Amino acid sequence: MDWGALHTILGGVNKHSTSIGKIWLTVLFIFRIMILVVAAERVWGDEQDDFICNTLQPGCKNVCYDHFFPISHIRLWALQLIFVSTPALLVAMHVAYRRHEKKRQFRKGDEKCEFKDIEEIRRQRFRIEGTLWWTYTSSIFFRLVFEAVFMYAFYFMYDGFQMPRLMKCNAWPCPNTVDCFVSRPTEKTVFTIFMIAVSSICILLNVAELCYLLTKFFLRKSRKAGNSKHHPNHENKEETKQNEMNELISDSCQNTVIGFTS
Amino acid sequence: MSWVFLRDLLSGVNKYSTGIGRIWVAVVFLFRPLVYIVAAENIWKYEHDEFECNIKQPGCENVCFDHFFPVSHIRLWALQIIMVSTPSLLVVFHVAYRKNREKHHNQKLYRSPGEIDGGLLWTYLISLILKTAFETVFLVLFYKLYNGFKVPRLVKCDVRPCPNTVDCFISKPTEKMIFLYFLLGTSCLCIALNLSEFSYLIFKYSIKCYVKRHVKKRQ
Repeated sequence: MDWGALHTILGGVNKHSTSIGKIWLTVLFIFRIMILVVAAERVWGDEQDDFICNTLQPGCKNVCYDHFFPISHIRLWALQLIFVSTPALLVAMHVAYRRHEKKRQFRKGDEKCEFKDIEEIRRQRFRIEGTLWWTYTSSIFFRLVFEAVFMYAFYFMYDGFQMPRLMKCNAWPCPNTVDCFVSRPTEKTVFTIFMIAVSSICILLNVAELCYLLTKFFLRKSRKAGNSKHHPNHENKEETKQNEMNELISDSCQNTVIGFTS
Repeated sequence: MSWVFLRDLLSGVNKYSTGIGRIWVAVVFLFRPLVYIVAAENIWKYEHDEFECNIKQPGCENVCFDHFFPVSHIRLWALQIIMVSTPSLLVVFHVAYRKNREKHHNQKLYRSPGEIDGGLLWTYLISLILKTAFETVFLVLFYKLYNGFKVPRLVKCDVRPCPNTVDCFISKPTEKMIFLYFLLGTSCLCIALNLSEFSYLIFKYSIKCYVKRHVKKRQ
C-alpha cells in the first residue's frame, strides 16, 4: 500500500479521462510523486538530526524544531498529493459501478446489451456524459479546492516559500534567544519552489479541464435545442391541427352569432 | 508479509459489499494505510533517539520513555488498521462456504452466492458490528493511554533511576498531534460509514419482509 497502489488505481481512471486529465495525471506522477519519493525525501531525511542550535541545554533543540516546523514540508506534500488524488477515486468507483451494471445486463442475456463478451465490457471506455459527467466535474472541482487549500496552508505556515538558514528561538527551556541552523536550506528552497510551481501548473490544468467540460456541456445543450428547431415537419403538423381547431371554433362562433341575429 | 498481503487477502471484500461498504473499503484499505506508510511512519521513526531528558543519569531516558509510551502511537495505529479490516474476512469465508456447498451438491442452492440475503446478511451485520466495536475500542484505548489526543512538548518524569523530577522533551509533538487528529477523523468517518450501512441494510430488508408478508396476506 504505497504510491504504487495509487498509481494502479489512477491508471485505470486515465482511460476515461479527457486529454487534459491525462496530462494532469502524467504531471502528478512524474513531476510530483516521483520527485517526492526519489529526491525530496532524501533532502528532508535528516532534517531534525542536522537541525543544530547554539546551546547545550537539553530539550531546547526539540522545542525549537517543533516551534518552527509544526508539520514538515515533506509530510505536507505527501498529504496534499493523497488528498488531490482521492477525488479521482470517485470517478474510478463510478466507472466500476457502470461496468458492474453492464456485466449484470450481459449475464441476464438482455437484448439491449451490445457487447459480445465480458472482456469487451472490461476493456470498454466510457464517454464522459450523463451522471459520469457530474462525478468527473465534481472530482475536478474538489481537486482544485484541495490544491488551493494546501498551497495557502504552506504559505501561511512557513511565511512564504523560502527556507531561512538561521532561526532565532527563545521557547522554554532555551535559556535565552538561541541561534538555530537549518540543514540544507538552499536545496530545500529549490525543491519547495519546484513543488509549488508544479502545483500551480496542476491548478491551471484543472481549471482548463473544467472550462473544457463546461463548454462541451453547453455546446451539446445548444446543439440539442438547435436540432429540435431544424425539424419543422414535426412542429408544423401540430400547428396545422391547432389552426384547424381554431377555424372550427371560429366557424361555430360565427354560426351562433348569425343564428342570434337572424 | 506487509500491507500488500493484507490488501490481497481482503481483495474479495469489495465484491460482496454494498455501495457504502465499497466507500469504507476505499477509506480503510487505501486512504488510511497510504497516509500511514507515506507520512506517519517517518514521523515516529526515531522517536526514541530524539526523546531527550535534561539529565545525564544513564538509564533515566529509557525508563522515562517506557513510562510515557507503553505502546507507541504508531504501533497502536497499525494494530487498529489490521483489527478493523479482519471482520470482513467473515463475509469472504461465508461466501466461499456457500460456493463450496453448491459445488459439493452440484446444483444451484442460492440465487447468487455473493448476494446479501439469508445467513449472509447476518454474517454481514455481525461483521459491521465487530468493525465498529474495534474502532471504538482503539479510540478509547488511545484516549485512556495518552490522556486525550494531545502530544505534550514536555513531560516530567521521576521514575527510578532518575534522581529527582526530570524534564523530558518529546520530538515533533505538533506534527504527531496533527496526525493523531487525522487518525481520529478517519476512525470517526469509518464508524459513521459502518453505522449508516447497518441502518441501510436493516431498513432495506425490513421493507422487503413487510412487502412479502403483505403480498402473502393478499393472496
